[in-house]
Amino acid sequence: MYRIIESDLLAANIYRMVVEAPRIAKHCMPGQFIIVIKDEFSERIPLTICDYDRTKGTITIVFQPAGASTTMLTELKSGDHFYSIVGPLGNPSELCSMSKEELSSLKILFIAGGVGTAPVFPQVKWLHENGITADAIIGAKTKDLVILEKEFNEVCNLYVTTDDGSYGRNGMVTKCLEDLVAEGHDYNYAIAIGPMIMMKFTCLLTKKLGIHTIVSMNPIMVDGTGMCGACRLNVGNEVKFACVDGPEFDGHLVDFDQAMKRAQLYKTEEGRAKLALEEGKTHHGGCGNCGGDK
Amino acid sequence: MAGSENVYIAEDGTIKAADAKVKVPVREQDPKIRATNFDEVCYGYNQEEAIAEASRCLNCKNAKCIAGCPVEIDIPAFIQQVKNGEFAKAYETISSSSALPAICGRVCPQETQCEGVWIRGMKGDAISIGKLERFVADWAKEQNIKPLSCTLKNGHKVAVIGSGPAGLTCAGDLARIGYDVTIFEALHKPGGVLLYGIPEFRLPKDAVVAPEIENVMDMGVKIETNTIIGKSVYIDELFEEGYEAVFIGSGAGLPVFMGIPGENANGVFSANEYLTRNNLMKAFRDDYDTPIKCGKKVVVVGGGNVAMDATRTALRLGSEVHIVYRRTEAELPARVEEVGHAKEEGVIFDLLTNPVEILTDDDQWVKGIKCIRMELGEPDASGRRRPIPVEGSEFEIDCDIVIMALGTSPNPLISSTTEGLDTNKKKCIIADEADGKTSKEGVFAGGDAVTGAATVILAMGAGKDAAKGIDEYIRNRSK
Repeated sequence: MYRIIESDLLAANIYRMVVEAPRIAKHCMPGQFIIVIKDEFSERIPLTICDYDRTKGTITIVFQPAGASTTMLTELKSGDHFYSIVGPLGNPSELCSMSKEELSSLKILFIAGGVGTAPVFPQVKWLHENGITADAIIGAKTKDLVILEKEFNEVCNLYVTTDDGSYGRNGMVTKCLEDLVAEGHDYNYAIAIGPMIMMKFTCLLTKKLGIHTIVSMNPIMVDGTGMCGACRLNVGNEVKFACVDGPEFDGHLVDFDQAMKRAQLYKTEEGRAKLALEEGKTHHGGCGNCGGDK
Repeated sequence: MAGSENVYIAEDGTIKAADAKVKVPVREQDPKIRATNFDEVCYGYNQEEAIAEASRCLNCKNAKCIAGCPVEIDIPAFIQQVKNGEFAKAYETISSSSALPAICGRVCPQETQCEGVWIRGMKGDAISIGKLERFVADWAKEQNIKPLSCTLKNGHKVAVIGSGPAGLTCAGDLARIGYDVTIFEALHKPGGVLLYGIPEFRLPKDAVVAPEIENVMDMGVKIETNTIIGKSVYIDELFEEGYEAVFIGSGAGLPVFMGIPGENANGVFSANEYLTRNNLMKAFRDDYDTPIKCGKKVVVVGGGNVAMDATRTALRLGSEVHIVYRRTEAELPARVEEVGHAKEEGVIFDLLTNPVEILTDDDQWVKGIKCIRMELGEPDASGRRRPIPVEGSEFEIDCDIVIMALGTSPNPLISSTTEGLDTNKKKCIIADEADGKTSKEGVFAGGDAVTGAATVILAMGAGKDAAKGIDEYIRNRSK
């Protein structure tokens, strides 16, 4: 189980893996996620489902290593196995439960930022398969970090923008959205997925523009089934668990500032673990002061 | 011989307790030392101590202890066998009723069950039934003696959801009478609350939990981990896959928070998260990657067994730990033994105290907890005296970690994805107490998913009753 069939780099430091997970492939819907464990000693890491093949029983995951645990995932190669993959977790995108009439009444824009492009893809693709070709923005820091452009182009009207203007339009996704609206595009439903800060500013703008906006939250999580409460968020002044109530929420109700602070919870531990990983055995006891990792 | 002052050899050569009215004390790790490690607190009886304790049994004709046991172990029979040194027979007696004796001997609240109704209790200490059960189970493990299993399979498939105490018991009982049972477990390792909830120092995972789960698997039970019913597969699909009945033993659910200001601050955890990080994900061990926050001063809110577990875990991770509980010690829902252990280890109890706000610094990190003093008024619906805030008595406790151990609310994953499965007002699955039958044909349920958070042994009792119910259901169906 959980054998890696393909593994490649989509961009510098953005990894894509196709993994055997038949039960997940059979049931997963756009908007849902999984939790992987590399080996017995590793953390449970929530990851995005970028694509799935129900007949082959495979799912495609995309991730960008940030801390030590995600960096260690990159050690896995094609043919290796994950210790555990569980899912699909969270609720399917709200779009998936809408009727064709409801869907066609919406003027939908997807806004994808960085590695957040991956979880947007199955939604855009699903809509296309259901007869709707939506607009989508992919935003990346620079040309080399634009991912899945070809795949998006096949299923939507794509606008690419880079922060440094090295490819596509020039500027962040918020600028691209403002420009599109100024160019006469009219949207009433947006799905924004990407770094928390990008979702926050996108939501501030869409609120001003009067566009209902859904975001997908990816907080710290342990079990992913509602048991631990680590993933709690403040949404419309109510406590919500991203794993069972989300991960998608009305972006105009999410308290992003609190969510960003909660994401920093293990920053010290993550930093130490990453350093230990980079420096190997030389890290421990080297200074004699830090007392190791814990 | 350790503990020999409590044991003597009678003229006829038999081993007796020094005082027939008093329990043979059980040896434990020194509180000061154990507060710094995760090794098991209680060492259990040795053979002489077990025989001596068993010699105190009156072997009543009308043994009330059996009725006090949710899985109805023939307690007098196994105690007589221990008294006679027939440990293998004693294991056979116990394991014919319980699939998890080494676990139950450690975590059952015997004082309110088998030992609570014990007749000698009127004249002296109740007999240490739990410690004897543990002795027998540990002895059997050392001798590599396995529980009896059924070699003749009946060809009927049953699915069990959850590999906690309810699921393991139901699966074990069904496998024993010939059913082909598969357990589906959401986490990556089987055991449920035995693994993620109860800490190592109370219930060792490799030495006690894993071998008892192996025993259940040796009876022919298969366990599919990483499979969430209601997400990875639905109950109706299980029927399509050829399962004739399904038992839901999915456990308690979502942690409850108080709804007070500051509860989403960094440094506030549910007991479930804190314990899962440490127990299942082994944050206390350097060879695991899991991070955990070890504060200088930790406040645990709540007074149940989970609160005690979180408290004693935080203590072992090096923190000063306070329990904040709104009633008095007499009302603490935790087992007396756990409260005693916590006190011995240096946990500070702030009783008649209730949090009203979690105080944070500029970066949204916990810096303290604001509480109000309480007093007890008239008894409420639970029969306990209702705690009432004392006006104007607010005060602050400095701390950097707050752990909320206030219980759980049912997990909606299964009930919301299974058509025809009724739940009550509290969103617990409705099941017949006698046989676990739910509103959906072929679906049975038991344990915390039905009752809300309770004990390991009550879940096991429900798993056992449901096994009988499932057997009857499938027999009637195949007629």
